[in-house]
Amino acid sequence: MTSDGSGDIWVVTEQRDGRTKAPSIALIGKARKLAGERQSRLTAVCLSQVVEDAAQLAAYGADRVYLLDGPVPDDWNDDAYVKELVDLARREKPDVILATSGSLSSSVIPRMAVALDTGVSPNCISLDFDHQSRMLVQTRPAFGGSLMANVVFPNRRPQIATVRPHAFKKGDPDPSRQGEMIRVDFDRQAVSAKTKLLNVVKDLSGKVRLDEAEVVVCGGRGLGKAENFQMVAELAEVLGAALGTSRPPVDDGWVPYAHQVGQTGKIVSPRLYIACGVAGAPQHLAGMQTSEIIVAINEDPRAPIFEVATYGMVGDLFKIVPLLTKKLREARG
Amino acid sequence: MEYFLSEQQKTLKSLARQIAEQRILPVRAELDEKEEFPWDLIKEMASSDLLRVFIPEEYDGLGGGCFDLCLVVEELSRACGGIAISYAANALGVLPLMLYGSDSQKAKYLPAVASGNRLAAFAVTEATAGSDASAIRTSAKRDGDQYVLNGTKQFITNGGEAEIYTVVVMTDAAKGSRGASALVVEKGTPGFTFGKKEKKMGIRSSATRELVFRDCRVPAENLISREGMGFIVAMRTLDRSRPGVGAQAVGIAQGALEAAVEYAQQRVQFGHPISAIQAVQHMLANMATELEAARALVYATARTIDAGAKSFTEESAMAKLFASDMAMRVTTDAVQILAGAGYMRDYPVEKMMRDAKITQIYEGTNQVIRSAIALEVLKRKAKLE
Amino acid sequence: MNVIVCIKQVPAKIKIEIDPKTSALASGGVDRAINPPDLYALEEGIRIKEKTKGKVTVLTVGPAKADESLKEAIGYGADDAVLLSDPAFEGSDTWATSLVLAKAIRKIGQFDLVLCGKQSIDGETGQVGPMLGEALGVPFVSLVNRIDELGQESIKMMRMSDEGHQLIEMTLPGVITVVKEINVPRIPSLRGLMAAKKAAITVWNARELGIDPATVGMAGSPTRVSRVFFPQRASQGEMLQGDPESQVEQLVERLRQTRAI
Ligand SMILES: Cc1cc2nc3c(=O)[nH]c(=O)nc-3n(C[C@H](O)[C@H](O)[C@H](O)COP(=O)(O)OP(=O)(O)OC[C@H]3O[C@@H](n4cnc5c(N)ncnc54)[C@H](O)[C@@H]3O)c2cc1C
Ligand SMILES: Cc1cc2nc3c(=O)[nH]c(=O)nc-3n(C[C@H](O)[C@H](O)[C@H](O)COP(=O)(O)OP(=O)(O)OC[C@H]3O[C@@H](n4cnc5c(N)ncnc54)[C@H](O)[C@@H]3O)c2cc1C
Repeated sequence: MTSDGSGDIWVVTEQRDGRTKAPSIALIGKARKLAGERQSRLTAVCLSQVVEDAAQLAAYGADRVYLLDGPVPDDWNDDAYVKELVDLARREKPDVILATSGSLSSSVIPRMAVALDTGVSPNCISLDFDHQSRMLVQTRPAFGGSLMANVVFPNRRPQIATVRPHAFKKGDPDPSRQGEMIRVDFDRQAVSAKTKLLNVVKDLSGKVRLDEAEVVVCGGRGLGKAENFQMVAELAEVLGAALGTSRPPVDDGWVPYAHQVGQTGKIVSPRLYIACGVAGAPQHLAGMQTSEIIVAINEDPRAPIFEVATYGMVGDLFKIVPLLTKKLREARG
Repeated sequence: MEYFLSEQQKTLKSLARQIAEQRILPVRAELDEKEEFPWDLIKEMASSDLLRVFIPEEYDGLGGGCFDLCLVVEELSRACGGIAISYAANALGVLPLMLYGSDSQKAKYLPAVASGNRLAAFAVTEATAGSDASAIRTSAKRDGDQYVLNGTKQFITNGGEAEIYTVVVMTDAAKGSRGASALVVEKGTPGFTFGKKEKKMGIRSSATRELVFRDCRVPAENLISREGMGFIVAMRTLDRSRPGVGAQAVGIAQGALEAAVEYAQQRVQFGHPISAIQAVQHMLANMATELEAARALVYATARTIDAGAKSFTEESAMAKLFASDMAMRVTTDAVQILAGAGYMRDYPVEKMMRDAKITQIYEGTNQVIRSAIALEVLKRKAKLE
Repeated sequence: MNVIVCIKQVPAKIKIEIDPKTSALASGGVDRAINPPDLYALEEGIRIKEKTKGKVTVLTVGPAKADESLKEAIGYGADDAVLLSDPAFEGSDTWATSLVLAKAIRKIGQFDLVLCGKQSIDGETGQVGPMLGEALGVPFVSLVNRIDELGQESIKMMRMSDEGHQLIEMTLPGVITVVKEINVPRIPSLRGLMAAKKAAITVWNARELGIDPATVGMAGSPTRVSRVFFPQRASQGEMLQGDPESQVEQLVERLRQTRAI
């Protein structure tokens, strides 16, 4: 820890198939800004040594990249991750540890926190430094998003927070930035294996349950035919969203009934609902109008869906939807 | 209105609501469409003790009276009148035993009903004996220590699904209505078969079948009370069960009112929700007022019965009459408020309207019920006591 | 098998409203209920007990009236319940709450498996389960959606990961959090619920748990809520103008600002 208390910031990153996941990269970008504000060092921590894009982490802002001795990438070894992170943090005493929410925050991060005798502020949507108190102010939703709370760590360190996967925009990489690559070897045998991974079942369908999804992309009769649903499915994929539909596409056999939103389908209330080529009949609205943000794409400016839309886009969905997909995909990298 | 329920009654009511909302609501439309008897729901009710409610404690029941039964029937009916009647008809089936059965008959049948292992049904109606129950022709001839039954009962709720049937038959046709007797007949008795399941307008998840007796031999010990008591047993049974039909009507109407209110607040016409239109508001006001009046009458009657009143034929008939007519009006108005949408099977109110209709018909048509009430009114010259 | 289930009492409705006169927060009336995700943990605990002829003990950290939820849990089929209640616990964060739970479990002594729900519907942190595992110094697995094998020494189960499912073996004793895919909770019986209303609920306070009041509650919690506020709602009904490219541009910017993506 530096003398003014503004010690290191760590970001625990997640990799898949040896590549860092986009939300981790975005978080590095955010952490870079925070580090810049208080002139602290930014360290990216990878839970494996097989990270093809480690240089990228430096380009996005990490001063140092820790590559912890990991077994096979993607393998699951929470016990080992906890032990390694704890050992390292005890040695280096970072001031802040950040990670994205998801599997890590349901196990590794809170366990690490307890071992370090500190807490966690989970699932944050924004992070700011309070220059007066020199504390990290973490903003997180509660009560189903109907309330926001600012959380601080008055006297324990490190301050640990996990953030929603898409809370931050990906920064701009600076390829000239060089980071220090540090391999840390751990004695895995020393971790008493109390949990063991026996098998991995990858869910290839990538299906998100409609009634639980945080984001729903819905296609209506405006899509014209079954094949065109591919277009909205792609948008859904980029957003990690569930696919919804109105009744006519179900009646015409384009989409299975399980996807129908409305009076006689599922009632959904996601954070974001994107309606493409949906008129907005009352029976449809009954199933989605409590969504937090509703985006409507329709060529008819008088379509009733615009009456409930937060953002309305009058135009041809066959132009708008692919553009949107492209734009979001670029943002994700 | 605050009805000051006991702790146990509050728990009972919320348990029935939990079953109605978590288990019945998701399947009610499908069961109605497929006309399927909800066996797994009956099992679920059994495991949560709902079938024990009306059985005396000494027979593994909870000793709840008419009121407790009404609370459950109302909550179930709020979600589905068909499932509720399957539940209520089971209680109806064992009432003759509870009122007139011998200790050994009670010990034999009541615990099995309490646990939900066996369902019961009650059978009076025949093709030629509807409102005129005294016209029943199914006969039971004494032969040694057995009765031999011949004849056919019609429109019997839980028919085919139940194991225990309390049946009103003629043991001595020459004596007219004094020649009727009540007997227990168990499913599986040789000579006892069922007609096909009737296709109904409403309460379609419930089972309604004919009971067919052909030289069906039943042990004489299955006689409930004495020979000749058949109609007394039937009338006293119906006196006690009619508030249950009232509760069914109240529950169905409650469901319809809730659906109508929700829709009225959502549906926008002329630039505002239709709930802002006075014509709609007044319909809702009438529905709510009539519903509460019916509920108060049903509850008061049930509590009167439970408190040990000697005679309550009139009160019980009034509760059934008023609540069932109310339910028909309220469900019809609910459909009216939802209008085109209400007429579609995708919305629940048309089913409620179909379900409500039966409450005006069974356990005495409302015309017959009115006659019975009138008889009492005239008898005491309508003087206030 | 000795199973411990940790439950939380939450407002029955999580609709939050501001009192227009006093601007105070009203959190959905006075009705309180067992945190719905915890019912899956309770159900799984009871199933294990029924299979292994074991015992289920339910724990909650909360105010005196949280005993209603413990009684309800007994009504569902739990054998025993302990309310961990002390003015000193008020304002505890997830860390302090898991510390209190860990002390109570240590006081109970013998246990094979601790079950927690995925997260609470009010605080929505999902941190107490994993923190409890670490505080107890026993293995922990999160987001379990199926238990395949339960032996004396170990448990085999499926957990949901970001990419699919993982089959994991864990030695006992241990702690797991479960997700709602794991079972369909039973509907309790009336007799069970009525008997449970009379159940005596053990209450342990800080002293009985050997907890220094300074280490828990508001004072002892590592994290503190410094401010609570209503989220900025996205502006209602904005029609985006321009050609498709610029509309898409504007949309992405708006969604980002409102943190919808
Ligand atoms: C009892 C009942 C229950 C019902 N239940 C449901 C239900 O659960 N869910 C449900 O959704 N519906 C339900 N409906 C049907 C509902 O009334 C509507 O018919 C339905 O929602 C209309 O679907 P839609 O908006 O996709 O189709 P349409 O009404 O045909 O609207 C298509 C829209 O796409 C737009 N469009 C066309 N081409 C393009 C393009 N190239 N670019 C942009 N926009 C384009 C059009 O302008 C139009 O607004 C129910 C109806 C009844 C009677
Ligand atoms: C779904 C269903 C379930 C049933 N379940 C059972 C059951 O479990 N057990 C059982 O025993 N029965 C059961 N019934 C039979 C039911 O009780 C009779 O249908 C009812 O009593 C009326 O008899 P009915 O249909 O023969 O009508 P009818 O007696 O033929 O009546 C026809 C019309 O004449 C009127 N009417 C007849 N007599 C009089 C009178 N004296 N005064 C004024 N008006 C009169 C009636 O009100 C009606 O409008 C069930 C019926 C249905 C439809």
